[in-house]
Amino acid sequence: MTAAHQITAGFMPLFDSAVLVAASELGFAAREGIDLTLHRETSWANIRDRIAIGHFHLAHMLGPMPLACNLGLTPLASETIVPFSLGLGGNCVTISNAVWTGIVAHGAEADLDPARAGAALGALIRERAAADLDPLRFAVVHPHSGHNYELRYWLAACGIDPERQIEIVIVPPPFMADALAAGRIDGYCVGEPWNSASVAAGTGHIVTVKAQIWRNSPEKVIGVRKAWADENPEALAALLRALHHSARWCQDPANHGELAAVMAQPGFLGLPPAVQMPILTGHLQLGGGAERTIDDFFLPFDKAANFPWKSHALWFYTQMVRWGHVAHTLENLAIARDCYRPDLYRSALKPLGVALPGANSKVEGALSAATAVGATGAGLVLGPDGFFDGQIFDPDEIDAYIAGQKSARAGV
Amino acid sequence: MVRTALAVLVIDENRIRAAIIEAGLREAGHERVTVIHDVTGIARRIAEIEPDVIVIDLENPNRDMLENMFQLSRAVKRPIAMFVDRSDQASIEAAVDAGVSAYVVDGLRQERVKPILDMAVSRFNAFSRMARELEEVRGELESRKVIDRAKGILMKSRGLSEEAAYTLLRKTAMNQNRKIGDIAQSLVTAAGLLGPAEDE
Repeated sequence: MTAAHQITAGFMPLFDSAVLVAASELGFAAREGIDLTLHRETSWANIRDRIAIGHFHLAHMLGPMPLACNLGLTPLASETIVPFSLGLGGNCVTISNAVWTGIVAHGAEADLDPARAGAALGALIRERAAADLDPLRFAVVHPHSGHNYELRYWLAACGIDPERQIEIVIVPPPFMADALAAGRIDGYCVGEPWNSASVAAGTGHIVTVKAQIWRNSPEKVIGVRKAWADENPEALAALLRALHHSARWCQDPANHGELAAVMAQPGFLGLPPAVQMPILTGHLQLGGGAERTIDDFFLPFDKAANFPWKSHALWFYTQMVRWGHVAHTLENLAIARDCYRPDLYRSALKPLGVALPGANSKVEGALSAATAVGATGAGLVLGPDGFFDGQIFDPDEIDAYIAGQKSARAGV
Repeated sequence: MVRTALAVLVIDENRIRAAIIEAGLREAGHERVTVIHDVTGIARRIAEIEPDVIVIDLENPNRDMLENMFQLSRAVKRPIAMFVDRSDQASIEAAVDAGVSAYVVDGLRQERVKPILDMAVSRFNAFSRMARELEEVRGELESRKVIDRAKGILMKSRGLSEEAAYTLLRKTAMNQNRKIGDIAQSLVTAAGLLGPAEDE
């Protein structure tokens, strides 16, 4: 029997591709009449290129990547929309043993507190500058990534100018731990398991995590070639339902062992299942024997993790403006606003009678505790979603948010 | 026609393929060709070489790093764009299908660069064909080795001549509509499981 829909998707070998991988490997796609073919890629540039020439209908992407495509920031860009988010959180900031020793001398503790660690890092950076040492070099996976923007957000909120006081370079995730061990970089922000890899090797310390810089914040998404989505609304809706069932399965602790075993296969991550467990349990070794369990470390489903909030896209947009990646104009703002498509998510999932947020946007950082919210269907809990510095992002007040960050930076 | 020769940088971790590309470029009259296999410290190399054209294989996981570097004016003296961005759809598809990508400095005329990309695409395709053929030959050799071992097992355990052992394997393969190599592999595996019948 041939499936009703043939869908080809690209992914990078990172744990947060799990919802897409499980949709294919555990039959969620097949149950929706989809023959889903997955292709593992070696760079985000390849994913972008293969979407652009139509090899892939959709792909596992960095949250800001479709925005960068639509805003014309990358070569070979084709219009890309986001009807589904692959989860919240999952990243850490890891630093070398030398930098760790340096910030401990300035008051850092193995507690992942972004404010305390950032203050100590700032003190170390000023001390190094006074001694005429080279600026510290941090790596992220891509300029248009949640990693780059959350690292910069954390540093800037701690009084460190990421443009002038440190250097930021790009390193592919699997190479991060080696680059740190070899001294080519002093720290990095990446998803798991590449942080735990340095801790296990004894060459790094996890200093803070995405879930504490901005709790329940967006990370990877499903980016879809818009031309294909427009012509194949039924196939896309069927896929979104398959992804929904897959995400629910991935979130359930009873399935974590099986999920880790699937991701461990050579065609996906190709790493032992045990390496997958920290991201699933949120229990991390931090280095030097310290360990911590982090609430909401990575959510593939809970807290409306799959809903493509326009406020998430708009926050990425404000950070693109903040760091000079794009000019803030009405036209660009409109492009950013149209990129994430909660309408497609809602219409695909409506027949399932599941909890769906009623709004397309929310004020980010407004919930200090887990809160039941008004939604269609049964029980939906959101948050807490705070930024560590107590700031709030109101998508209706974008100009003020951008202006506020600009003047804060001028004061650094 | 007097024109400054284009400086071409080939970034490819596969040394054999890089050598094939380099040879192609030199045959086409390009004298200023540099090949890099390892991207460590590449920013400095690019600053030294000042390439007009950069050819890179798509399997290289460092494409994101390189593209970011090309966009930072600090890192490169002249802005570098992705060649296929300014090219026709057919060229783009041919390049991606072949697994190659090219970046060029801004302002370089398309007709000067296109032959370089076309050459790279055809050499990449030739290399893939070669690699595939090599794989097939390797598979054949493997299967011949397995057949020899299976014959040995049959000769020893059933007292057959070499010819009779081979005939039995072939007949079984035909009856089961399978390849003789597969039958031989099954026999070798089974013999291994059943114990000391097989000698190494």
